[in-house]
Amino acid sequence: MHEGPLRVHGRLVGRRQLLRAGMTGLLVTSLPRWAIARPSLDEAIRAFTRGADVLDGRVRLDLPPLVENGNAVGITVAAESPMTAGDHVRRIAVFNEKNPEANVAVFHLGPRSGRAAVSTRIRLASSQVVVAVAEMSDGSFWSSRASAIVTLAACIEDLS
Amino acid sequence: MARALINVPKTVKRGEIVEVRAMIAHPMETGYRVGPNGSNIPRDIIRRFACTYGGEEVFWADLHPAVSANPFFAFTLVASTSGTIKFTWTDDVGKTQTASAEITVS
Repeated sequence: MHEGPLRVHGRLVGRRQLLRAGMTGLLVTSLPRWAIARPSLDEAIRAFTRGADVLDGRVRLDLPPLVENGNAVGITVAAESPMTAGDHVRRIAVFNEKNPEANVAVFHLGPRSGRAAVSTRIRLASSQVVVAVAEMSDGSFWSSRASAIVTLAACIEDLS
Repeated sequence: MARALINVPKTVKRGEIVEVRAMIAHPMETGYRVGPNGSNIPRDIIRRFACTYGGEEVFWADLHPAVSANPFFAFTLVASTSGTIKFTWTDDVGKTQTASAEITVS
């Protein structure tokens, strides 16, 4: 029986090295396709702001800290703004950290909105961070983040 | 067509900020779920929700699969003139559904 190291492309490959390579391969192939393809939270925010700086504050994101059902999580995003023609919130975007897609929704508002506040229901695939970013009419970006622990995850269940 | 529920106050004072709510019955199929035959269930979501007030678009939203089934939105508008508040939902294939309500501003 041959017990010595393996020779691959003229290089000696030890048993441990071979094992490590196999494990990495297994890990990569066992991940669902979307887990590799999706942009990170920061990349998604950068795509929305087109690289502009995002400051903390002026936005409040209400998200329940403990979520029983990730299929419908009620969120409210509110931004501090007088909502006049000269100074208002133009857009509010919501992003997540671990769903198959980083974007949740983008809301377009204006001076006729009166208040910069939007409520909706979203899906969360696992316990994660949710970020809300508001774009003001002067072109500045403000954000707020909140994290939630999800007991029953959305998107995961199969119908089979 | 799917059932839509909207909530707009009937009579308000001029300049008042009113809350409007809208919901539509829609599965918002993400495209990530696997069906009984082992293949992915095709994506079918509402891509855009818009609200016009007196013909002018005052609020709209771009949606992604992370919005729950039967999407619900609550937001505010400034009551400026009496008129129609109209809601439009557009899905992946461009099919739209609308619902509208009259508002009287005194």
